Amino acid sequence: MALSRAASSTPHANLLKPLAAAISSSSSFFRRSISTDTTPITVETSVPFTAHRCEAPSRTVETTGQELVGFFRLMALMRRAEIAADSLYKAKLIRGFCHLYDGQEAVAIGMEAAITKKDCIITAYRDHCTFLGRGGTLLEVFSELMGRQAGCSKGKGGSMHFYRKEAGFYGGHGIVGAQIPLGVGLAFAQKYNKDESVSFALYGDGAANQGQLFEALNMAALWDLPAILVCENNHYGMGTAEWRAAKSPSYYKRGDYVPGLKVDGMDALAVKQACKFAKEHALKNGPIILEMDTYRYHGHSMSDPGSTYRTRDEISGVRQERDPIERIRKLLLSLDLATEKELKDIEKEVRKEVDEAIAQAKESPMPDPSELFTNVYVKGYGVESFGPDRKEVRAVLP
Amino acid sequence: MATTSTQRFGRRLASSVSRRRLSSSAGEIAVQRSQNPSLNLCSAINQALHIALDTDPRSYVFGEDVSFGGVFRCTVGLADRFGKSRVFNTPLCEQGIVGFGIGLAAMGNRAIAEIQFADYIYPAFDQIVNEAAKFRYRSGNQFNCGGLTIRAPYGAVGHGGHYHSQSPEAFFCHVPGIKVVIPRSPSQAKGLLISCIRDPNPIVFFEPKWLYRLAVEEVPEHDYMLPLSEAEVIREGTDITLVGWGAQLSIMEEACLDAENDGISCELIDLKTLIPWDKETVEASVRKTGRLLISHEAPVTGGFGAEISASIVERCFLRLEAPVARICGLDTPFPLVFEPFYLPTKNKILDAIKSTVNY
Ligand SMILES: Cc1ncc(C[n+]2csc(CCOP(=O)(O)OP(=O)(O)O)c2C)c(N)n1
Ligand SMILES: [Mg+2]
Repeated sequence: MALSRAASSTPHANLLKPLAAAISSSSSFFRRSISTDTTPITVETSVPFTAHRCEAPSRTVETTGQELVGFFRLMALMRRAEIAADSLYKAKLIRGFCHLYDGQEAVAIGMEAAITKKDCIITAYRDHCTFLGRGGTLLEVFSELMGRQAGCSKGKGGSMHFYRKEAGFYGGHGIVGAQIPLGVGLAFAQKYNKDESVSFALYGDGAANQGQLFEALNMAALWDLPAILVCENNHYGMGTAEWRAAKSPSYYKRGDYVPGLKVDGMDALAVKQACKFAKEHALKNGPIILEMDTYRYHGHSMSDPGSTYRTRDEISGVRQERDPIERIRKLLLSLDLATEKELKDIEKEVRKEVDEAIAQAKESPMPDPSELFTNVYVKGYGVESFGPDRKEVRAVLP
Repeated sequence: MATTSTQRFGRRLASSVSRRRLSSSAGEIAVQRSQNPSLNLCSAINQALHIALDTDPRSYVFGEDVSFGGVFRCTVGLADRFGKSRVFNTPLCEQGIVGFGIGLAAMGNRAIAEIQFADYIYPAFDQIVNEAAKFRYRSGNQFNCGGLTIRAPYGAVGHGGHYHSQSPEAFFCHVPGIKVVIPRSPSQAKGLLISCIRDPNPIVFFEPKWLYRLAVEEVPEHDYMLPLSEAEVIREGTDITLVGWGAQLSIMEEACLDAENDGISCELIDLKTLIPWDKETVEASVRKTGRLLISHEAPVTGGFGAEISASIVERCFLRLEAPVARICGLDTPFPLVFEPFYLPTKNKILDAIKSTVNY
């Protein structure tokens, strides 16, 4: 619905240029191949932003054909990877707990489009796609999921503990809410270093009820830290609907004195716009909350079928009307930046990439058993284990 | 492998428990063995909660998702039967859950709080240690939260990883003012949980989640309580005393059976209550056998095994014929991929039994 508006009613002239170009060459035979076009185009977000204690940014988002194709590709890759993880889990190749992100891809994608790798991201356990967004590879993802050496945490973390230091990805945290104050600490360091970067601390609607959030908000506001608290509101914390757990499910307002913005988290461009706005805001004025209205298709974790506390109609309704990948697909088609076939080809490619990564990950060895004892303390500065069964522990000095 | 052993243990326990009842227990459990249904540990907990809510109108059950039955289904049916004002979901906020429970209990109610996994009890640690445990003492007995019982599933499940496997009992054993109780089997779980709920002290009750479905035995249907701070000799022997609690007992039992094949007679004790613990039963056993082995899943250093070891050495120094052995989790975080290396497995225990006996 919003798409037609996006394609037709945007007032900016630069939208017309590529459209006109596309239209003029739209005879299907001579049509240029999938867009690598970097001419700016503008698109309107699906719904307006709702602001709390700040002026909402414009709904008109600047993008390019190249960016949109990139969004499509990466989101399709994320979706495919999560579905593959589902199968690997059912085949018992992934152990531990595993939480999938399909449905929420636009949040990871849109956020990355607005920031750089100098900005930090920290999240909870639903971390596979955030990691991919930060430039992590499929091989690292599947190796980590299966507990192999080639994993991003050397196979020692598993699904909930992905990290990518070189890209400012601080992971991957299992305790609900615990990562939020950590994110504020990251932001303090950034401010102190004056490096004009910000930290995004992601948490769920369930986590929003933890006291730690409010402690973190106060510190961030008190010290004007460049912290952006991103509530990924997928409307359920495990089996609990948001309204059952929160007196006010307007998570963007729950910072009270901290400004907030409610964003359609299924619209990658809206997310991008909001994150760009939030970064500028945070660097100038301190913290802000972004509530991303999103949805998880899978159950909470692999032991949750995801259908006991919500209706199948609700899930299929979101899939049909708000799916983040379909939104971009429609946009690409309506702007004539790609053909159905080209997009199908992309999906085929990513499927192959995923399959290849899984095959490769299976080849990666399990960590050496001695790894059980490493990284508990800094090597040489802590205790080490000796003896049969390694049960004897001695403090060692370098 | 673990599956069959724990199942065997659940069944074995059924017989050893009732054997003991027949021979020694003074009538608290009137058992007609053959008529009792077989229940798993999860259903036994569920029964205990039904009884607790039924017998005391001032009792409440709350926690994350409990009115839907909870992630392990231990609270199934409670909300339907007792209503939403006595069985309710809380938001995701452990510190709040326990603090709320303390207040509820301070008004003379029985507050039965569920923490979804023992790994998530730490946000509530302050409330337990500083508020619950000291309320009575620092108010000169004007106030207390004795009606508070915190239930939390603990321990390994085979592939739980860092945050679904921990055994945090020792942290709480360092806190005078609370009790820590861990059952080993369905019938024990039911009787002990009812006792905990009715005990006038705040209690942390850790449930061995590995056994929720695996341990099955006959559980008396009626309302019964098992005594707290009373250990139980669940297997008699003469050469060495083994002390444990919860799910670890099934592993220790297997080691005892293997040791028996090698001609070593092991006495196995279920401590059940970790604080205040039953030193006398353990002491009497060690005086008889002259040797002690303690086993738990939590890391060895600072684990509750250390306390048992120190106390028994103080009491039985001259009677001991070998150093006390502790076969426990390693001093590492609970690992994802190395769980079998980390855990105090049967073979580790068996080796330690042999080396202690041959010391
Ligand atoms: C302190 C703590 N309590 C409970 C849990 C168990 N748990 C894991 S995820 C979750 C629900 C979180 O929901 P939400 O914050 O909305 O995030 P989502 O899973 O929807 O991404 C719960 C209760 C935990 N990991 N940590
Ligand atoms: Mg949620």
